[in-house]
Amino acid sequence: MHSGGVSVSAGAGGHGHARLQHHFDDLEQQREASTLGMWVFLCTEILFFGGLFTTYVIYRQRFHGVFAQASRDLNVVWGGTNTAVLICSSLTMALAIWSAQINRRKLIVMFLLITMAFGLTFLGIKTVEYKEKFEHHLVPGPHFHYVCPPGEPCHPEQAEIFFSLYFCMTGLHALHMIVGVGLLSYLLLPSWQGRYTSEWHNPLECIGLYWHFVDIVWIFLFPLLYLIGAH
Amino acid sequence: MRSLPFFPEEATAAAREVDLMFGAWLGISLFFTALIAVLIVVFMVRFRRRHPDEVGKSEEMGPWLEIIWSAVPLFIMLAMFFWGARLFFVQHQAPPGAVEYWATGKQWMWKFEHPNGAREINHLHLPLGQTVKLTMTSEDVIHSFGVPAFRLKQDVNPGAYTRVWFQPNRVGTYHLFCDQYCGAEHSRMVGSIVVMSAEDYAAWLAGGPVGGQSPVAVGAQLFQSLACYTCHEMGPGWMARGPSLQGVYGHQVPLAGGSSVLADEAYLRESILLPAAKVVKGWQPIMPTYQGQVSEEQLIDLIAYLKSLGSAPAMGTGAVNPPGTSSPMEGGPAGSMPASPSAPPAGGPRSK
Amino acid sequence: MNSSDTTSAELALDRPSYLHDGYGWKSWLLTKDHKRIAILYLISITVFFAIGGIFAMLIRLELLTPEGDLVQAATYNRLFTMHGVIMVFLFLVPSIPATLGNFLVPLMIGAKDLAFPRINLISWYIYVLAGIFILWALIHGGVDTGWTFYTPFSTHYSNGYVVSTALGVFIAGFSSILTGLNFVVTIHRMRAPGMTWFRLPLFIWSHYATSLIMILGTPVIAVTLMMVAVERALNLGLFDPRLGGDPILFQHLFWFYSHPAVYIMVLPGMGVISELIAAFTRKRVFGYTVVAFSSMGIAVLGFLVWGHHLFVTGESVYAATVFSLLSMLVAVPSAIKVFNWTATLYEGSVSYETPMLYALGFIGLFTIGGLTGVMIATLGIDLHLHDTYFIIAHFHYVMVGGTIMAYMGGLHYWWPKMTGKLYPVFASRLSALLIFVGFNLTFFPQFILGYLGMPRRYWEYPPEFQVWNVLSTAGASVLGVGYLLPLCYFLYSLFYGKQAGANPWGAKGLEWATTSPPPTFNFDYPVVVDEEAYEYAPDARAVARQEAHSA
Repeated sequence: MHSGGVSVSAGAGGHGHARLQHHFDDLEQQREASTLGMWVFLCTEILFFGGLFTTYVIYRQRFHGVFAQASRDLNVVWGGTNTAVLICSSLTMALAIWSAQINRRKLIVMFLLITMAFGLTFLGIKTVEYKEKFEHHLVPGPHFHYVCPPGEPCHPEQAEIFFSLYFCMTGLHALHMIVGVGLLSYLLLPSWQGRYTSEWHNPLECIGLYWHFVDIVWIFLFPLLYLIGAH
Repeated sequence: MRSLPFFPEEATAAAREVDLMFGAWLGISLFFTALIAVLIVVFMVRFRRRHPDEVGKSEEMGPWLEIIWSAVPLFIMLAMFFWGARLFFVQHQAPPGAVEYWATGKQWMWKFEHPNGAREINHLHLPLGQTVKLTMTSEDVIHSFGVPAFRLKQDVNPGAYTRVWFQPNRVGTYHLFCDQYCGAEHSRMVGSIVVMSAEDYAAWLAGGPVGGQSPVAVGAQLFQSLACYTCHEMGPGWMARGPSLQGVYGHQVPLAGGSSVLADEAYLRESILLPAAKVVKGWQPIMPTYQGQVSEEQLIDLIAYLKSLGSAPAMGTGAVNPPGTSSPMEGGPAGSMPASPSAPPAGGPRSK
Repeated sequence: MNSSDTTSAELALDRPSYLHDGYGWKSWLLTKDHKRIAILYLISITVFFAIGGIFAMLIRLELLTPEGDLVQAATYNRLFTMHGVIMVFLFLVPSIPATLGNFLVPLMIGAKDLAFPRINLISWYIYVLAGIFILWALIHGGVDTGWTFYTPFSTHYSNGYVVSTALGVFIAGFSSILTGLNFVVTIHRMRAPGMTWFRLPLFIWSHYATSLIMILGTPVIAVTLMMVAVERALNLGLFDPRLGGDPILFQHLFWFYSHPAVYIMVLPGMGVISELIAAFTRKRVFGYTVVAFSSMGIAVLGFLVWGHHLFVTGESVYAATVFSLLSMLVAVPSAIKVFNWTATLYEGSVSYETPMLYALGFIGLFTIGGLTGVMIATLGIDLHLHDTYFIIAHFHYVMVGGTIMAYMGGLHYWWPKMTGKLYPVFASRLSALLIFVGFNLTFFPQFILGYLGMPRRYWEYPPEFQVWNVLSTAGASVLGVGYLLPLCYFLYSLFYGKQAGANPWGAKGLEWATTSPPPTFNFDYPVVVDEEAYEYAPDARAVARQEAHSA
């Protein structure tokens, strides 16, 4: 959905800027349209994750203790590190836009690369975590095997629901991260070519919005999944 | 040529009221549909285009017309809403003294259990005029218990209990449909509700395919064979490992977290299948799960037994725990075993 | 629209119409022109309408006799499931927005295209992909869950191709989200100078309301069906009580979208009807503002009523009461629309062109559909009617009698604009009549069947229900002919139809101010709007307003 606003069509009609698409009157209209489009898309995304969050809330309320218990099998250190990584990446994303506003094209590229590096770090850590879960048979499905902590109530099937939600929610989030890194890489070349200036850097802004949104989702996921077991 | 059927038979008082309400709606609907149709036809003819360049007259009228035709439907709907909601509340809450029957749905049949233990498949025989409370669950997917002649319907969910009640007031045989799509043979998950006079019903019970013991008796045996009593019933000298179940049904139970819960069928079921979900205050969560060890029908029997364990002395909460659960038992087949071989739970209610 | 005078430059044929701006397959499959994408949608949804229609005919044939004798039970279950899935997700949801809406939204607001032309094309490809997933499931043996995918049947008991179908619906959702997003941004940002919010045609208002539901509702069903697919593929327990899950939670999530989806289907139809009534009475729609706001009211309230699908699941009585009340409140804005349309006829200049016949048919059928909707929102009655043929009849009155009547009416109204050709008058009036009569004959008996208690999705039924079923099947065949007829004469008109001219109906609206078919960028001149919508006969106040404005 981003490509529309981002489009680098060369066919600029008659008047105005080279970035202007034929069906807009002026650059301002085009910019407002893309930005509004991204905000509307983010509303969709909120509802998209909303379905999962609702499911989570229902079961968390119903299987309160087991969720807390199962949550202790998640690695808070990895999760915390990832939270820090994402917060930093949001900062560098914002700095990339700032660089465009002051017309520093090399700086844009640098910050974009750093943001991507953070994104990839996040995905790398996520992979390590997933691998750990896989080895401990905590991936729901036929090989799921949950070992209850001794001396506590034991409900493997409820723990499986926790892990199902964990994988659905973080998996969907990771998918968004992958898309995000892809979009950032798409911005690299035009940035290097100096296409984004203080006058026109709307694609950066829109993808920045998306990136911040994905970060915010994680800010909610982290406590709901990792921290509910801590006392 | 059969005569054209328009309305199904009415076999309960509630069915009559539903028909009345539907009739009211029908009248309202006919009035408005006719009104719109007549207006359209009249306007079409009266204001037909007379020459090709004619345009309509646009005069802005005050808002009063729109206010009227917003307010009138709103008013009608509010009135009908209250009527419908009142009936729904009545349909929802069984009156005290209802006799408890049980139903289990599975792909693709209905299994019924009478209070005296008689079991039937796809047919349910009932005495005329008796207030019946049917508690239902499913062994697999969602089914729906629907009897058009009673004008009611209730989904039957796996893993939970739902209830309907009705009081048949006409002898006859009525359709029972599964109304929630449940797989290949959905349209064959049908049966009948046979309403008989009290004498016929008694004769049917005596001569019919009586299954033997009442749910309470079967539940009592299960309580023994599953060794529930080792923790939940303490003779003198026994170490209590679980709360007494004497009179627990229908009362608030304090929980470990500080909250409390009403001990209804759903709670009892959950406590058997998922004991650690809600732990009674003051007890350790040591009870093992019985998931997979007891069938839906055995669960029904166990719960029936627990409900029969008397309510606490002073609390005459008849609405919740009607005496009806045990009374028709006495009228049941006498030859079938003395009820509840289990020792009458001793010890009395312990404070927790 | 004073600029329309200058457009008599219909002879300005130095530029091609959008239909003649390129001929190769690439010029169609890679087009970014909203009008060509509308045509692509038109063709593909017609294909799916035909497939869904064939299933409907087979269903009706099977129900001709009480015994299941035409097809096996398992086949029957697949027939009604595929009928529902295809009709709802591949026909009704995209029908008016993706064809008429796509074609007309930019034209009506004086824009050159939608805000995101490329996304518009992508949404069509996504739709096709969704269709392929669903057809794949169909060819390999179909699905037998019902279009509602109720758990735990769909996740653990069904032996159909649930995952593929659920993914198909999931993907179709994104097509609809992108369409909605495009409309919202276009309506906000692309209006021509002078086209203020309250000068927008009511078609635009209803599409705006529809788009909001598409954006906010569709993602929820997408993620829900994703959970169903994952649960089935990996044998999880999110909705399976044996594994601790809750099947009723699925129903809440499902209907949170699928009830508002009803308004996705019917709101654009209401927009079409407003246009038709205005054009064929040559009059401003009575109470324009109220009609516009009633669309928004329906969209908002529509999100708060999903629980009425759960009245018999054992839902809390208090929740049921609230949902019942809210459901009735939704009927108020719908009733307002019906009364306002009827009032528009008063002192109009009413003509009986084919689109108008469809519009009048819509008002009648939608009234019945709406009133029976309020009946089943009444708690006491719903316990009897839930999951019976009464429900089937009710939603077909709204979906077929409402949406499809509006869709057909709209197609007949804008066909000359889309193709530049006129279709035969007599055949089109005949088809309108056949559809109206056939429809009532098909679905009215189903109200009676429902009250008698015949459950939905039954392959066999007790013999006393047969008479009404025979009538219904007879009606379905009339209805089938009624739908085939337009297909024939529309195709005929493409080759032999008379040239339509820019404005064959003498209607107001920017779309009629440009040529038929319009040029690629819609208008040959910069559009400026300086009058209200449907200003056929400026009344005294409007004239005064205009004079004050120009002074």
